[in-house]
Amino acid sequence: MITFEGVSKRFPDGTVALDDVSLECATGEITVFVGTSGGGKTTALRTVNRMVEPTSGRVLIDGADVRDRPPAELRRGIGYVIQQAGLFPHRTIADNIATVPYLLGEGKKRARARARELMERVGLDPALAGRYPAQLSGGQQQRVGVARALAADPPIMLMDEPFSAVDPVVRGELQAEFLRLQAELHKTIVFVTHDIDEAIKMGDRIAVFRTGGKLVQFDTPKNLLAAPADDFVADFIGYDRGIRRLSFVPAAELELDDRAVLPENASVAEARATGADWVLLTDSGRRPLGWVAVSGLATDRSLQHMPRAPLGHTFNVRADSARAALDAAVLSPSGLAVGVDDDGVVVGVASPLDLTNAIGRESAR
Amino acid sequence: MNAILNALRWFGQSEQWSGPDGIPQRLLEHLWYSGLAFAITLVIALPLGLALGHVRRGRAAAALGFAVVSSANGARALPTLGLLILAVLLAGSGVGPTLVPLVVLAVPPVLVNAYTGVRQVEPQIRDAAEGMGMTGSQVLWRVEIPVALPLVLLGMRTAAIQIVSTATIAAYVGLGGLGRYIIDGLKRQEYDSTAGGAILVIALAFLIQLIFTGLHRLSVSPGVRLSASH
Repeated sequence: MITFEGVSKRFPDGTVALDDVSLECATGEITVFVGTSGGGKTTALRTVNRMVEPTSGRVLIDGADVRDRPPAELRRGIGYVIQQAGLFPHRTIADNIATVPYLLGEGKKRARARARELMERVGLDPALAGRYPAQLSGGQQQRVGVARALAADPPIMLMDEPFSAVDPVVRGELQAEFLRLQAELHKTIVFVTHDIDEAIKMGDRIAVFRTGGKLVQFDTPKNLLAAPADDFVADFIGYDRGIRRLSFVPAAELELDDRAVLPENASVAEARATGADWVLLTDSGRRPLGWVAVSGLATDRSLQHMPRAPLGHTFNVRADSARAALDAAVLSPSGLAVGVDDDGVVVGVASPLDLTNAIGRESAR
Repeated sequence: MNAILNALRWFGQSEQWSGPDGIPQRLLEHLWYSGLAFAITLVIALPLGLALGHVRRGRAAAALGFAVVSSANGARALPTLGLLILAVLLAGSGVGPTLVPLVVLAVPPVLVNAYTGVRQVEPQIRDAAEGMGMTGSQVLWRVEIPVALPLVLLGMRTAAIQIVSTATIAAYVGLGGLGRYIIDGLKRQEYDSTAGGAILVIALAFLIQLIFTGLHRLSVSPGVRLSASH
């Protein structure tokens, strides 16, 4: 656990980078520091490994003041990942990863073997071990940066905008892979970002900083979206925070209706009997085929021959969130979202109103 | 064209290859002065340049760095021959005073390149090195110097070539070296000797260029060469 106790940092020119910050980063969790530039989030991260010394207050790791240990020794026990990776251009990938083991006096052979192992772990081909950083793409370099921070297996990792220098697609991959890695490793992580979406995606808890180094809110992503502490936080999160909250409502909590779901050989009369404007046709395995508008049906024939509107996309009732369901509803010609199970079999459909009700129930808890 | 042919004939004469005025002897003298001047230059300029480049925190360090680099650059403008004559007038002739202008001329490129090379190491590389637990001297030796090496070597090469070419002026104050052929040839109007001496000095400069190219290949990491070409 990392504890900030009334930490302030005032620079000689009078700027305040941190103003009396107190918080606890729980062991095994990702704590995200997010905020506007100049908000002190990076300064806060850097007080943990003494790259910045606070003017007042203390930073403790598992109860011990970080100032009790010499900086170099302290830092060798803390993983450090920075923006644009900061790889050493003169060292091979393997030797970059082995930086801290070398500093700790480990032999070349063992350190390099471990480096290869780590490369696989972070999704890099070990064949790249002998290459140099300039020969790698930005995304690959960031993976090396993560592997390098993990090399000595430190319990704590500090990550300062580790994924912000790559394009959105690569960033998404890196985030997802890092979360998978963290699920196995359970490191205590401090993660700095200026991107609120990244904060919500990565964070177990989020600390929002504002200009002047003030900590304005420290909460779980869900609570942050549900109850921003003030206008600054609400603004920072953005106007679509209501929709973002849907990410925290599992689709399984939606009440799905299957009255308007009909087999494709059903008759128009049956469709009319449902009282719905649109019916969803399914094949013999109850997999969705497409929508049929009931009002346009004049003749009394099988629905099979009626014009169909395309399905749009479905959501998985077990794995997806209500956000995916809402997206499916918006893109559906009928305005209804089709929920399917793992085998693609229709469970039922949900309207935007059902989604709103689900959020209401979620907030009431 | 005629001068070159005469010089080639001059190289063919057997008396050029033995005795105190023979090419081997003069070459050794030349290399001795040059080597001595180069060694003194490195001892003064390398540690100073590297250290000033490394210490970047604080206004005092920045001001000192600026002052040293500016004065080193200023020293480049000093007239070599004037400096030599001044040194000889003040300290008498001999090897010592002759070295003064050579060293004064050679310190700036080594100092400025070492300083600039280390200073130009990207801040995030340095930040990563410190953040992972390297001490100050480990950052300098394991990261800054290897990354700055191409510039450091360039400064050393410039200095070495300048020393070798300028060491010819040692002959002006009565010392040996390849300059003897040039100055004596001018005095005696034996221009084949002058041209021969000049060719020897040029060849030596080329050789040094070659040596440094080899040194660059051997000591600079392929990774640094790659990132420079990007």
